[in-house]
Amino acid sequence: MPLAAEKIITRNWGRPDSWTLDAYKGTGGYATLEKVLGMQPAQIIDEVKKSNLRGRGGAGFPTGMKWSFVPKDSPKPKYLAVNADESEPGTFKDRYILENDPHMLLEGIAIASFGLGVHTAYVYVRGEFRFQAERLQKAIDEAYRAGIFGKKLLGRDFALDCYVVRGAGAYICGEETGMLESLEGKKGWPRLKPPFPAVVGLFGCPTVVNNVETLAAVPAILQKGADWFAKLGPDKSGGTRMVCLSGSVNRPGVFKVMLSTTVRELIESPDFGQGMPPGRKVKAVIPGGSSAPVMTADELDVALEFEALKQIQNMAGSGGVIVMDDATCLVRSLWRVSRFYAEESCGQCTPCREGTPWMTRVLRKLEEGRGEEGDIETLLNVAQSIAPYPPMGLGQTICALGDAAALPVHSFVVKFRQEFEDHIRLGKCPFGDKPWGHYGAMTA
Amino acid sequence: MASPLLTAEEQRVFDDRLAEILSHYPSDRKSAAMLPALHLLQSMKGWLPPDGMEMVAHKLEVSPERAYEVATFYVMFHIRKPGKYVVDVCTNLSCSLWGAEDLLAYLEQKLGVTAGESNGTWTLREAECLASCGTAPCLQVNEVHHENLRSRAAVDAVFARLKPAS
Repeated sequence: MPLAAEKIITRNWGRPDSWTLDAYKGTGGYATLEKVLGMQPAQIIDEVKKSNLRGRGGAGFPTGMKWSFVPKDSPKPKYLAVNADESEPGTFKDRYILENDPHMLLEGIAIASFGLGVHTAYVYVRGEFRFQAERLQKAIDEAYRAGIFGKKLLGRDFALDCYVVRGAGAYICGEETGMLESLEGKKGWPRLKPPFPAVVGLFGCPTVVNNVETLAAVPAILQKGADWFAKLGPDKSGGTRMVCLSGSVNRPGVFKVMLSTTVRELIESPDFGQGMPPGRKVKAVIPGGSSAPVMTADELDVALEFEALKQIQNMAGSGGVIVMDDATCLVRSLWRVSRFYAEESCGQCTPCREGTPWMTRVLRKLEEGRGEEGDIETLLNVAQSIAPYPPMGLGQTICALGDAAALPVHSFVVKFRQEFEDHIRLGKCPFGDKPWGHYGAMTA
Repeated sequence: MASPLLTAEEQRVFDDRLAEILSHYPSDRKSAAMLPALHLLQSMKGWLPPDGMEMVAHKLEVSPERAYEVATFYVMFHIRKPGKYVVDVCTNLSCSLWGAEDLLAYLEQKLGVTAGESNGTWTLREAECLASCGTAPCLQVNEVHHENLRSRAAVDAVFARLKPAS
């Protein structure tokens, strides 16, 4: 049975000039916006609530509920801040939405803004997405010319402006309050919550922060109905999901999957990953971006869905699935992941600022064959001091970057402890100068 | 005499574009334009010289330290003059599983510069995840993305297309 899911967000990809207004309108684009302008704004929020849409940025928070937290009677302006700061290692879906169908995102922005009473939307695009930011800007320009954005939303008495803001290279700005700080022209130091952005967000005003994929799903929900969307998924999460498959598989890429699809099916199905490299087996998989705990080859029959992964003390996160084969050194892999968090720690909270480079140094020491007895305990102690695991999400820092740095360390060390001990016992990396698995060496 | 930061014509272009950017923000929130303003200056100068950061801070009515703080927080802002080409190579996990460590070593040899360093022509840096993991390994040259660099031949083709350094 083919596993590929009904195309929602990817339905226009591959059509000629799919990123243009003409092409988008040619497949019914903006008809849903026209329709919802005849609805009460509260009805829009209710539909999204009923659809069980959950945020696709990483946390999986119910979108309609987030929208309903915005105070109805605030005298302040409200803002929509769109998170296109796609930076979680292993995640590369929003890039293709911006490239292939920016108008689907813009229609989602317009519908959400109308529902929320927002008159200004900012799309925060990571700095490295220059091409995508330029393409999005062209789409916004088209939408202004077509009377979608501007003083009158499709002729209605509702002003809506939409602006692109480019980041400049900082993972922390994908954290929602770090992004708000950056949008305010500052370094991206996350804010203490509460208050949550829905109440006190951009410029101190109520602000909804949504991921690109989340908003791109909104037009289809309003077009086909909340029930249709909710029924596509299990109990508490509606719709299908874009997952990003990378690492040691034969066909990496972005795939639209049912939320019931398992990690094993994603790797092995001819529709998706097309299996492991010749002669290789799965050794480890990170299921939800590098911040998620690692899984062993025995855990692959879990669905790529928020609740299912939560039950095994893991997380669906941003949909970034990274596969490591049995010729990959996991000490080196974890060292690289830890180096990322040390580099990207913003420096605000001591456990994260000091702990992430400390873990990186210990891992380097192990990988370079200088490991000693006690190093593994040190790693676990430092990780535990940043954020205990399990359970997840109870860390000692203002934002989740600390947890994100600690979770991989806990899980790699606990689940693959023998490999860490081997490095100490042998006084070298058992994988020698080929630590990166089947595809990990460059060819001529 | 030191040359001015921008010519009169360049300053006019800068001011016009900055006025447009400022129209995107509440009038009492000028400093929100810090990132766009620094991007704009860097696109004109190739980097952010100290007097440039001061100029941006002055236009946005904040202290020069605020501009400096932002410029040093984000890796894409250059507070030192980089080489003509800035090469950012992703070596994060998904890229390394497709040969990024070899790619970086090959570039060090090919460009004659160590990762993290600059010469007049090249600035070579290790980058964090560029969100291109399905087409790993990848790199950017002056913010232009290149992917699927799985062989030396593919890398050579990218660099052969660059305009020769002046």
